[in-house]
Amino acid sequence: MSAPVEYILHLADNAVVLGQRNAEWCGHGPILEEDIAMGNVSLDYIGQARLLYQLAAARLGGDATEDKLAYFRDDTQFRNYTLLELPHNGPLVGYAVSNRDYATTITRNFLYGALMVLVWEALETSPDADLAAIAAKSLKEARYHLHHAADWLVRFGDGTDESHQRAQAAVDHLFVYTEEFWTPSAAEEAAVASGAGVDVRSLRAAWDAIVNDTLTEATLVRPEVRGYITEGKQGRHSEHLSYLLGEMQGLARAHPGATW
Amino acid sequence: MYTQSFSVPDNAGQKSARTPSTENPELMAAFDARIDADGRIEPQDWMPEAYRKTLVRQISQHAHSEIVGMLPEGNWISRAPSLKRKAILIAKVQDEGGHGLYLYSAAETLGTSRDQMLEGLHSGKAKYSSIFNYPTLNWADVGVIGWLVDGAAIMNQIPLCRCSYGPYARAMVRVCKEESFHQRQGYEALLVMMQGTEAQRAMVQDAVNRLWWKCLAMFGPPDADSPNSAQGMRWGIKRISNDDLRQKFIDATVPQAKVLGVTLPDPDLKWNEARQHHDYGQIDWQEFWDTVEGNGPCNKERLSTRVKAHNEGQWVRDAALAHARKQQQRAHKEAA
Repeated sequence: MSAPVEYILHLADNAVVLGQRNAEWCGHGPILEEDIAMGNVSLDYIGQARLLYQLAAARLGGDATEDKLAYFRDDTQFRNYTLLELPHNGPLVGYAVSNRDYATTITRNFLYGALMVLVWEALETSPDADLAAIAAKSLKEARYHLHHAADWLVRFGDGTDESHQRAQAAVDHLFVYTEEFWTPSAAEEAAVASGAGVDVRSLRAAWDAIVNDTLTEATLVRPEVRGYITEGKQGRHSEHLSYLLGEMQGLARAHPGATW
Repeated sequence: MYTQSFSVPDNAGQKSARTPSTENPELMAAFDARIDADGRIEPQDWMPEAYRKTLVRQISQHAHSEIVGMLPEGNWISRAPSLKRKAILIAKVQDEGGHGLYLYSAAETLGTSRDQMLEGLHSGKAKYSSIFNYPTLNWADVGVIGWLVDGAAIMNQIPLCRCSYGPYARAMVRVCKEESFHQRQGYEALLVMMQGTEAQRAMVQDAVNRLWWKCLAMFGPPDADSPNSAQGMRWGIKRISNDDLRQKFIDATVPQAKVLGVTLPDPDLKWNEARQHHDYGQIDWQEFWDTVEGNGPCNKERLSTRVKAHNEGQWVRDAALAHARKQQQRAHKEAA
C-alpha cells in the first residue's frame, strides 16, 4: 500500500517551506545558543523535505528529482499549510516590510510541531514502508521541535510583560491558520482511503490537549477562531508564498539543467 | 572557521610597545619554565596579566570572527540552488556558531564574560577577521569561502591546537576537524560547478578573483611589521610566523587550483626552484588596514547587523531570565 504522491508532496512542501522560513534566523538569532538551535530545526526540516521529495520523485519516475519538485514547481502547485509560509511577524500584506518577531516564530513552530508529532506517530505504522521509515526519523525530530518551541512559549508567556504581550499577539495572529489542519484535502482523503495516510480529524483531540496544556502553563489565552479557513494545502495560498519561492527558486531557475 | 593572524591589535593600527612586566619573579619563572617545557597553562594556574590579556583579545577576536562570519555565507542560505547544498550550508553556518560558542567559553575561563566581549565587538573596539568585510556576490563565493577562507583558517589554526593555553588548544582541535570538513565541501562544490555550464565556471572564477588576495591577507601583516608576533611565539600562543603560514598556504593551493581549472589572479605567481616555494605578488596592505580599521566594503553592514540582532533579541533574553527567576521563587515558596 503506497501513499499517493500528492500526499507525500504535501508533507514535503510543509517541511521545505518552514525550513526555509526558520533558516531566515541563521546569524540573526536573539542569543547564540538559540541561533544554533533554530538552525538545527531548519536543517531537520530541509532533511525531511529531501527524503519526502526523493520518495515522491521515485514514485513519479521519468525525470523527476527532489530538486525539480522543490525548485521548478510554482506556488499554486505547492501543497503546504498557509501557516508555514507566513513571515515572522504579525498580519501584514505580502510586500510589507517588518522586523522578524521571535514570538511568531516560536508560536508557529509550537502549533505545527504539536501537529507533526501526532502525524508522524500515526505514519510510523503506515503500511507504506518508505513513508513509515521517514516518519520514524522525523518523529524524533518533531518531538525535539515541539519541546523546544513549547519551552520558549512558556518562557515568553510567563516571562516579562513585553514577552507575554508578544506571545499572546502571536497566538492571536496564528491560531486561526491551524483550522486548516482539520479540513482534509483531496490528497489527504486519498491517503486515508489508500490505508497509508492518517485522518487528520482523528488527531484533533490530542492536539488540543497538547496546545491547551502549554498555553495554560504559559498563562496565554487560546483565542476564539471563526471565519475564513486557509487552503494552502490545496494550492490556494497567501500573498507570502510566491515571495518565499521567488527567493528560494531564483538561482536554480536562472540556470535550468545545471548541476550543483 | 576562520582567523586572520591575531597579531592585529584591537586598537588597530596603533602598535603599542609592551608594558614592562611587574609580575612576581618566582611565579613568572615557574610560568616561563612551563612554557619552555611545552607544558599547558590551565585556567586555575597563575599567569602573567599580559598573557591573560593577549589571550582574551585573541580568543575573543576569533569568536567574533566566527559569529560575524555567519553573515556572508548566511547571505546565500535562502537561495542555495539545491536542497543538498542548502542543507550543507545551514549545517556549516551552524558549525561556525558552535565554534563561536566554544571560543567565548574558552575566553570566559580567563575571567572575561561573554557580555563584555560582545560589548567590545558591538562598540567597534574589538576586531574580527577582515575577510568577512567583503560581500558574497554569487553562489560560488560559498564554495570559495570553504576552499580558500577555511583553508587559510586551517593553516592558521592547526598550530593553535598546540597553543600553550589548554582550553583554547582543546577548542581548536574540534574546530579544526570541522573546518577540514568545511574546506572539503567547498572544494567539492566548486569541482561540480567547474564541470557544469559556462556560467557556473564564470561564477567560480569571479569568486576566486575577488577573494584570493583577501585570503592571503588573512595571515596578517608581513613578519617585519608584526611586532606582537615575537611575544606570541615566546608564549606558545603563536607557533609559525605569518609569512611562513602564508607561503605554506600558497604552495598548497596552487596545485588545487590547477585541478579545479581556475586561474589564481596573480601574474607574479610562479614556482621558484631555488627556494622550493612559489613566488607571489605584492599584497595591498593599505587596503587591508583600511578594512581592519572599519572602512572596508561591508564593515558597517556586518557590525550593524550583529548589533541589530543583539538588540532585538534583548526581550527574548529578558523573558528567559524573568521566567527562570519566577520558577525559582515558586520553588522557594513550595519548599517553605
